[in-house]
Amino acid sequence: MKKLLLLGDEAIAQGAIDSGLSGVYAYPGTPSTEIMEYIQASGESKKLNIRALWSANEKTAMESALGMSYAGKRALVCMKHVGLNVAADAFLNSAITGANGGLVVVAADDPSMHSSQNEQDSRFYAKFSFIPALEPTNQQEAYDMIRYGFDLSEKMRIPVMLRITTRLAHSRSGVVRKAMKQQNELKLPDNLRQFVLLPAIARKQYRELLDKQHELQQLSEDSSFNYYQTGSDKSLGIIACGLAFNYLMENFSETPLPYGLLKIGQYPLPVEMVSKIYNDCDAVLVLEDGYPIVEELLKGTLNTGKPIHGRLDGAIPRDGELTPNIVAKALGIGFQAGKDIPGFLKNRPPRLCDGCSHSDAFLALNEAILTYGKGRVFSDIGCYTLSALEPLESINSCVDMGASITMAIGAADAGLVPAVAAIGDSTFTHSGITGLLDAVNNNSPITILILDNSTTGMTGGQTSSAYGKVEDICRGVGVKEEHIRIIKPLRKNHEENILIMKEELAYQGVSVIIPRRECIQTLNRRMRQQAKMKTFEG
Amino acid sequence: MKKNIILAGVGGQGILSIAACIGLAAIEEGLFLKQAEVHGMSQRGGAVQSHLRISSTEIASDLIPEGKADIIISVEPMESLRYLPMLSPDGLIITSINPFVNINNYPDLEIILHEIWKQPRYFTLDADAMAKECGSVKAANMIILGAATPFLGLKPQSIENAIRTLFKNKGDELIELNLKAKNAGLNYVNENS
Repeated sequence: MKKLLLLGDEAIAQGAIDSGLSGVYAYPGTPSTEIMEYIQASGESKKLNIRALWSANEKTAMESALGMSYAGKRALVCMKHVGLNVAADAFLNSAITGANGGLVVVAADDPSMHSSQNEQDSRFYAKFSFIPALEPTNQQEAYDMIRYGFDLSEKMRIPVMLRITTRLAHSRSGVVRKAMKQQNELKLPDNLRQFVLLPAIARKQYRELLDKQHELQQLSEDSSFNYYQTGSDKSLGIIACGLAFNYLMENFSETPLPYGLLKIGQYPLPVEMVSKIYNDCDAVLVLEDGYPIVEELLKGTLNTGKPIHGRLDGAIPRDGELTPNIVAKALGIGFQAGKDIPGFLKNRPPRLCDGCSHSDAFLALNEAILTYGKGRVFSDIGCYTLSALEPLESINSCVDMGASITMAIGAADAGLVPAVAAIGDSTFTHSGITGLLDAVNNNSPITILILDNSTTGMTGGQTSSAYGKVEDICRGVGVKEEHIRIIKPLRKNHEENILIMKEELAYQGVSVIIPRRECIQTLNRRMRQQAKMKTFEG
Repeated sequence: MKKNIILAGVGGQGILSIAACIGLAAIEEGLFLKQAEVHGMSQRGGAVQSHLRISSTEIASDLIPEGKADIIISVEPMESLRYLPMLSPDGLIITSINPFVNINNYPDLEIILHEIWKQPRYFTLDADAMAKECGSVKAANMIILGAATPFLGLKPQSIENAIRTLFKNKGDELIELNLKAKNAGLNYVNENS
């Protein structure tokens, strides 16, 4: 059968389309973005009328997907790892409501923080909420696991997590499709109180969730995604989770693996298999791309058993993603690296694009704020976070989606007046509106720049939930009309923009400045498309 | 047959088009393929690379181990040197000599080129000028792809088909431009080997 050349993200998307998906919900976030983008661009998906629109944030996405599951249909919700923090309330409680139609939550982790502020491991969330997690080794397995995940979710009547990492999400390989499955019919839950988490009901359902754990573990023992093979050399057994399996096998592509191997692709951990490899071997090496979760479970607090090697004893570095070479070192396998990077080479960090509207906004802010001094600009997650670096060096914080406005409130409460927040339009509607309401209710002396480039820029220009709504939202939340200032960040407006910023910085209350100019990337893309249309028409 | 290829450049320079052409050609020939790309933050004018692995047998890792790359294909001279630790001792560098200067402290181009010329096997091409001669400087990445084709272990026809497939929605004119650029790169290597 013909293979499709797909990114891990795209394999998940195609797998979901082929598994009777009725709707996908997501907020853009590297490395998960391409799942939604693929479904949106798919002609098949359009024909099947699969719902595929961006949500305002990961929590609203998770809840909408849960609603679709309530109605008996298969729903997919996708997010980057830190997005799961935003969705956590809905996510954890969805384990207690359980699912009706199949519900799969894709959490895309980013070990080594290629494009993130931390490298948290979503497998903790699966364990925390008592739901099964699937961790693919390659693109084909990602495709297969989506189908399996939906089936598992409906069989066990709980949500299922699919955990991937950047390397799989953004790596392409051949994938063979399976026969297309029909979408579910609309079907209410058998018990109309299943989703009512009143304490009396929640207590009962929580016990049912706990009771399911034994069966979930048995399913892991029987799963084709987990297997144990004994080795001739009993000095070591290796537990390889997800992608780590590839890096192990890379080191044994020409010679057979002498050690026992337990490959893990489905959680909760298959305890019987784990005890087999532990009993068969003198020591165990745990390879996992992320936190040392399995390693810690094996070691226990007292670590009185056989030697367990991994990230905790330094056999593997404590942080960062795995590579074939890191695994080679842990196994004592020598390798010959190439030459060193020449000393004169310079780093080339990411930067704001030439012609970016954010640059002009921050150049004006840098001057407007001079009288008050540096160190008072709280910012957020997006392209504009790059203004922390040279040459702009404008901002002093980047913590989580929406934290700019609320951190400015706290700093102003402490006496740092004026405090400034700088947040993008999409981040503002993701998690900034409630912070703005706090600021209005406190009458905080803060100036908020809502950098409106009319798109979700950093992830490649997805539709922003804020589009065309920013000033209306500010008015609705209670910002005074005369302190909502819309400016056009352009060189020629530089002096005028500085004056407006100075006026608002001097105001002892909440003011919002909206520097508005389209993202240069989406603008160029639009212009190219228009030129193409004209050629066709002409 | 097994080839480990590092593609290097700066975000926005079109290394993913080179990767896509090689990938499509490999799939057409029924080979196994893994290609790790960089998306997200680094795409904003930062250093980007792609690990591309093609093989007649199954490939384990998406990442190439250090010292195991057969070729570094780079559309920017300084970026071609960033991945030297990945290159095998008899590995080949194919790079454009046209610098992409978006940092203040970009090193002297002479120093960069002399470092490349110290490596055991290399081809350095004035890809911008060659592409301009073919019709547009935008086809510089296809010049570099063309120069790499004899070393990929793929049939020339599969590469050509891949270019036609990749640019099929962009019109015949662009397909012909890209094929011309690919051939110019190939001819340069044939004449200078």
